[in-house]
Amino acid sequence: MTITEKILAAHAGRDNVSAGELINAKVDLILANDITAPISINEFKKIGAKDVFDRDRIAFIPDHFAPQKDIKAAEQCKMLRDFSKEYDLDLYFEVGRMGVEHALLPEQGIVVPGDLVIGADSHTCTYGALGAFSTGVGSTDVASAMATGECWFRVPESMKFIYYGTLNKWVSGKDLILHTIGDIGVDGALYRAMEFEGEVISYLPMSGRLTICNMAIEAGGKNGIIVPDRITEDYVKGRAKREYKFYTADKDAEYVDIKEYDCSQIPLTVSCPHLPSNTKPAAELSSVSIDQVVVGSCTNGRIEDLRAAAEIIRGKKVSPNTRMIVIPATQQIYLEAVREGLAELFVEADAVFSTPTCGPCLGGHMGILAKGEKAIATTNRNFTGRMGHPESEVYLSNPAVAAASAVLGRIGTPEEVL
Amino acid sequence: MILKGRVWKFGDNIDTDAIIPARYLNTSDPEELARHLMEDADRDFPTKVRAGDMIIADSNFGCGSSREHAPIAIKAAGIQAVVAKSFARIFYRNSFNIGLPIFESDDASEKISEGDEIEVDADRGIIKNVTKGEEYSAKPIPPFMQELISAGGLIEWTKKRIKVS
Repeated sequence: MTITEKILAAHAGRDNVSAGELINAKVDLILANDITAPISINEFKKIGAKDVFDRDRIAFIPDHFAPQKDIKAAEQCKMLRDFSKEYDLDLYFEVGRMGVEHALLPEQGIVVPGDLVIGADSHTCTYGALGAFSTGVGSTDVASAMATGECWFRVPESMKFIYYGTLNKWVSGKDLILHTIGDIGVDGALYRAMEFEGEVISYLPMSGRLTICNMAIEAGGKNGIIVPDRITEDYVKGRAKREYKFYTADKDAEYVDIKEYDCSQIPLTVSCPHLPSNTKPAAELSSVSIDQVVVGSCTNGRIEDLRAAAEIIRGKKVSPNTRMIVIPATQQIYLEAVREGLAELFVEADAVFSTPTCGPCLGGHMGILAKGEKAIATTNRNFTGRMGHPESEVYLSNPAVAAASAVLGRIGTPEEVL
Repeated sequence: MILKGRVWKFGDNIDTDAIIPARYLNTSDPEELARHLMEDADRDFPTKVRAGDMIIADSNFGCGSSREHAPIAIKAAGIQAVVAKSFARIFYRNSFNIGLPIFESDDASEKISEGDEIEVDADRGIIKNVTKGEEYSAKPIPPFMQELISAGGLIEWTKKRIKVS
């Protein structure tokens, strides 16, 4: 069996499962945010369950339109707060303690290797970086699981992605996953598990692994996953709040497809409007002027991402024609950035340094685009209208390329500004 | 169950931001969501669409966000069914969970034109094009999904399950 099949089998109380089967499995953690939880709460009440299945296993995180951007958003956030009080939920994260959900939960050791996690958010697939099976579902799935502790799954076929060689300077996990999506397309892994391995993955830090698994959904994948190793162990020890288990793939595990990449051939990569699969080398896009730069999100809002952007922008200024918005993904990252002097560095460079929020990534608040404006962002989607006006455009990149573009006022590479 | 209606056509990779832009997600009220259905893909769509209409699309319909607001908005606008070559997986499960009939059919996706009148036999998975006099078949729906449909969606299914246990 693959690692995905093994985790699903273990949670379904079975010795084995095979691709294509529909199973019911126990979940270790359920999460929802201020956009998706309100529907889950309403649907949960319709079920008429006496209680939630486990008050310690349901995480409600107001992060999308929080801090509350308007009255309606405030009402939605209040629903999460009130429900969490009513059912005495252990994992409710108020503004001031919250962060972007998929950065927060691994950081706090709330998701651990071997877990089966569902979340009413498509980027729930992020935790595969820890060797967990995690996948995005709908609000009604979450409502049902809050009552039963179970969820239905179709066991996915697995695809393997192997990365050989060495990474070029400034090329990161983000470039690997953008390049991969560019190769296979936005439905290239539809309904499938994406298992990432190879020598490059074996030394890629956890931050890069989280970025890769985070964007599995952008290729249509059900989950992204990396077999746990020493890097996983180093990351989870000291932070895991529960016992964890390392699953591995069997030698005879079946894969429907195997893709191999020579990383020396992978350039700094940018996804052009309006699909993540529309990739081009950053160096070929120097004619694209940029109105706004966003560094943040569940994809690239971790401290390593902020450090990469800071390294480029240190001692320089954001172009007078461009706005730069830096959003650390969690309170802890925010604090680290302050203590390391990164916050000061960004502000000195004329960038905005924001409290944690998903904010502009999905066109919520904190940097919405006007008609005709172009942004480069370290986020995960560049669909039409994603960050604002339907006639605005979003380019996706890693933090170093985004920071270089902020200095240049157009898409560019770190080499051009250093 | 036979569903009859006129068709609106959409292309490949219709994402959930196109179906219902995130700027409207500060509510989950179905009627309000329906008023903005597909407006970034076709500004006039919310005024053109009528209860009983159908959506026919190409591949990977509903990709992107997990927002259940997307199938909720489609259902609340009175769309009876969505037929596509394929669906993104979260949209697929959301539709079954909330009782929006969806069907996968390459033939139907390719041969049906905007404005055609179609009849969908939901139980047999047969899509009849009344305008063109053609018939297409949809991929069979897995037994568990049929169980969800006959229960009336995931919440009703869960209610029964809780009662049994």
